[in-house]
Amino acid sequence: MSKTTTKKNTKRKTSKKKWVRVDGRKPDELRPVHIESGAIPNADGSAYIEMGRNKIVVGVYGPREMHPKRFSKPNMGILRCRYHMAPFSVDPRRSPAPSRRDQEISMVMTDAIEPALFLERYPRSVIDVFVEIIEADGGTRCASINAAAVALADAGIPMKDLVSSCAAGKYEGNLILDLGDYEDKKGESDVPVAYLPKSDQVTLLQMEGIMTQEETEKCIELAIEGCKQIYEIQKEALKKKYGMVEGAEEKEEAPEEEPEEAPDVEETAEEAEEE
Amino acid sequence: MSAKFETRDIVVPGDLLYEGRIRTGENTFRSEGNVYSNKVGLVNYSNDRVSVIALEGTYTPLVGDLVVGMISDIELGQWVVDINASTDAILTIPDAINKSFRTNFDMTKVLDVGDVVVAKIVDLDRRRTPILSIVGRDLGKVHEGFIMKITPSKIPRLIGKKGSMINMILRETRCQITIGQNGRILINGRNREDEELVVKVIHKIETEAHTSGLTNRIQEYLRTIKEDRN
Repeated sequence: MSKTTTKKNTKRKTSKKKWVRVDGRKPDELRPVHIESGAIPNADGSAYIEMGRNKIVVGVYGPREMHPKRFSKPNMGILRCRYHMAPFSVDPRRSPAPSRRDQEISMVMTDAIEPALFLERYPRSVIDVFVEIIEADGGTRCASINAAAVALADAGIPMKDLVSSCAAGKYEGNLILDLGDYEDKKGESDVPVAYLPKSDQVTLLQMEGIMTQEETEKCIELAIEGCKQIYEIQKEALKKKYGMVEGAEEKEEAPEEEPEEAPDVEETAEEAEEE
Repeated sequence: MSAKFETRDIVVPGDLLYEGRIRTGENTFRSEGNVYSNKVGLVNYSNDRVSVIALEGTYTPLVGDLVVGMISDIELGQWVVDINASTDAILTIPDAINKSFRTNFDMTKVLDVGDVVVAKIVDLDRRRTPILSIVGRDLGKVHEGFIMKITPSKIPRLIGKKGSMINMILRETRCQITIGQNGRILINGRNREDEELVVKVIHKIETEAHTSGLTNRIQEYLRTIKEDRN
């Protein structure tokens, strides 16, 4: 009992000198991020992300034949994102029907991820990305983009780069990174940024609220720093899937020369059958 | 002019593989004079090129590939075949029957919607629609057996070096196995037990595809299962 009181006292002291966020983070600190690739075995690629209390599952299907066919493009493939919040993801319950907000975020995600893909390689096809928010805690669009990038890489879709995303904003006059739900709602401003870390390009930049020009610029820089941290986590997640069985060695037999062998195999199959 | 990784390192999309001039192999691309990875995979540096062996990937049709396809539609003079690629493939009547035909010919008598065929890709036309043929040895409609799916990028591993892996499986299980490059595998055994054994082994290969000494391990695995059964 006495211990807790002392703790509280020290906290109050520090808060006078130094401003502390609602969840005790430093201004430039991310929420704990955990990404897992290959979460849905039935999908071509998938990922699960926990970013703070956000819990999001992403499934990627394709590239596959587009239905309805008239929406396909003869010169390039199409990326189709569907952002959806589960009815139980927020309190109070939310209608499961897609809202205007869902539609907007779906579009924003598509635009943020598209520059990282080689869509021209898949004419008349579609890549479907399904994003399901299981639990929402602010910054779901950023978390969704992070998970979608991992899921796309997990699906083996050719990409120029991964896409990392993170928000920055202003709360009680302080510039902060990766806003939680409370900070998002009570804060003065919110700037979600999606970023291609290797090619140093911003693919999503939105802003809500009021800030000065200098503050906005600082916010974008802060968000990009956050994206770079998330990029490392994404890379880890992709490698971790193969880490379990991976020793010092990997494939000793190079597989790339083998495709031509397939017909032979069939012959041998037949021979084996004959025996 | 330098390599940024060791051969067999895991790379992710966007990783810088090589600075300077070198030929780009599979799953890589060049940007501003440097070579980057395209996919999650194992990087491979050889003398004159850098490539990435993909660990995940959808099937990209190539001329000469053997595929297991399903008839999904019948159009005028051609069948539409789902080959698990980004676009459907087309099988025309001359490529399906090796003789002359009349225009009022009943296509459903040769192949109907839902039929499974073992086919070869003979051409990729302008918009990359694969053209199939089922005329040839070991090709044609499938009458028995069942199909299992694995990631197409792991098919080479299942075949092994010069067919070492698959030949071993054939020897041990005595099933007839047709491997489509598109990730569909046609299995036809003498009894259900043998077929289940094949499925088990293929799943094991799929999950451990990036490890070394796999063929020997699979052989041991097969033998232990068979001993347990006896």
